[in-house]
Amino acid sequence: MKGVLGFLVAIAFTFLGLLAITFFIGRVVPIDPVLAVVGDRAPRAVYEAARIEMGLDKPLIVQFFHYVGNVLTGDLGMSVSTGKPVVEDLKRVFPATLEMATLGIMIGVLLGVPMGVYAASRQGSLLDQVIRVVGLLGYSIPAFWLGLVGLALFYAKLQWVGGPGRLDIFYDGMVDPVTGLVLIDSLIAGETEIFFNALSHIALPAAVLGFFSLAYIARMTRSFMLDQLAQEYVTTARVKGVSERLVLWRHAFRPILVPLITVIGLSYAGLLEGSVMIETVFSWPGIGNYLTTALLNADMNAVLGATLVIGAVFIGINKISDVLYRVLDPRAR
Amino acid sequence: MATTRDWLLDDSPSSRLQARLGRSYRLSHALARNPLAMVGAIIVLTLILVALFAPWIATHSPIGQDLAMRLKPPSWDNWMGTDELGRDIWSRVVYGARITLMIVALVAVLAAPVGLIVGAVAGYFGGWTDRILMGITDIFLSMPKLILALAFVAALGPGIQNAIIAIAIATWPGYARIARAETLTIRNSEFVAAVELQGASSFRVIVNHILPLCTSSMIIRVTLDMAGIILTAAGLGFIGLGAQPPLPEWGAMISRGRSFILDQWWVATMPGFAIVIVSLGFCFLGDGLRDVLDPKHGDRQ
Repeated sequence: MKGVLGFLVAIAFTFLGLLAITFFIGRVVPIDPVLAVVGDRAPRAVYEAARIEMGLDKPLIVQFFHYVGNVLTGDLGMSVSTGKPVVEDLKRVFPATLEMATLGIMIGVLLGVPMGVYAASRQGSLLDQVIRVVGLLGYSIPAFWLGLVGLALFYAKLQWVGGPGRLDIFYDGMVDPVTGLVLIDSLIAGETEIFFNALSHIALPAAVLGFFSLAYIARMTRSFMLDQLAQEYVTTARVKGVSERLVLWRHAFRPILVPLITVIGLSYAGLLEGSVMIETVFSWPGIGNYLTTALLNADMNAVLGATLVIGAVFIGINKISDVLYRVLDPRAR
Repeated sequence: MATTRDWLLDDSPSSRLQARLGRSYRLSHALARNPLAMVGAIIVLTLILVALFAPWIATHSPIGQDLAMRLKPPSWDNWMGTDELGRDIWSRVVYGARITLMIVALVAVLAAPVGLIVGAVAGYFGGWTDRILMGITDIFLSMPKLILALAFVAALGPGIQNAIIAIAIATWPGYARIARAETLTIRNSEFVAAVELQGASSFRVIVNHILPLCTSSMIIRVTLDMAGIILTAAGLGFIGLGAQPPLPEWGAMISRGRSFILDQWWVATMPGFAIVIVSLGFCFLGDGLRDVLDPKHGDRQ
């Protein structure tokens, strides 16, 4: 019970810290927020009135708690570029990112885990070396560049996948957004044609994201498996004549499941970051695209709102995988 | 007969210089036996040489426009083709090495010392100092690096200096964590107690006796981080918040080539290869350095 309470307090402090960072960034902006509202030809009195109206005459700490209060009640201000409340914008764009990142992590897990296990079982083989290099490439290829090369190759040249965007233009707005995930919405509406169109559009960006999570997951799986395969119980099982397949998947793989969940969680959170770049390349109407557009328009409310949401989801996923680790691993309790 | 090699490998060096030279000699030997690390070292060395001798390696001017020559594919004259203003991409990539090198060097120079000092002070004094400093560090660590850098650039304004500052702000917390962990293992050693008993000030203990012992893990971490720093800088350039045109920064060059990716693929693709090769080089070198300098964390081969 005490552990749970301490944990909640720790989370609360982390979120408060996150808010402090965004508040601080909002304050260092060289653009005067008052001038942005009243315009630079406003008389002195109007300027002062607006300053007081906006609460900018109060001490910093009061302003900070005012800001925290606003965020907690779901008020992130208005976006200058879309003219709507930032919260509303974020609700609209978030599902697109969620859809892409989820497909990406599925690719990463389904390919990365077997690759890592295989590499560990044939340590030193050619394939193991290849998988190691793929792992390092995951740290050295710019995501936006891989996306562009993918577009040039698979869209322009081979025409295997759809181009930028979530759907072809003439399908736009044809399915009701129930969940906001086009793949699921089109299935609910029974529109298989739209489903396959959406699939052809999401395939490439999700595959690019999948590559980065695959690289990380394969690398970690390999290292965990090597640890297990060096243990005595594995030798015992082998001596008893257990088949290699059973040794790998039943004996050695089981214990690494728990740390692997943490790795997958971290990777999922990392994809959120990767999607900022990928969405820009693929004109994907998600939170990353929203953030970069806001950045280029100096739309600070939108920038801080998107930063806050990405940071909060990032922290949230990290904490959840932390909790899962404690619950599943008896030694960590 | 005593040779230079024996002198270097002497188990009981008679001077500080001999001990240091001997250590460097052993390290360089261990590195030379690691093929990937050697490849990495060669790539990084090439980057430095290319940056230094850019005017002699480039075949054209990096900013000279020639509209008659726009968007030409790779050829004998233009090894990597030309961009939309007729500039030679190879020459721009060569000059871009200077910008990349400057970014990674400045980020390392800004972030590593800050992280080192914050971590060492937190670990050495402990108690509330530790709690407050590490609390701040953890808040920064809990944010994704790229997002943090983006938000800071948004606040500071686009440009290469601000990009470097923003990346440094996003990078230092990792170093603070490492320096603190190292300091905690050294903090209670007898040699620290000995200098403290001789009346050394905290400042002196940290600077002369703790920081030097943190450097090797710091060098590993900084080298491994280089790839990430290069990618973040290129990403900022790509979005249009980092280096501004006409600077031949690789990320910004890819961004310009984006409009031509479907027909003139070389404009965006070529600078990307430069980024991948240089980042891989730092990864290889970092991995190798870790195996050599820090055997207990070595990747099991």
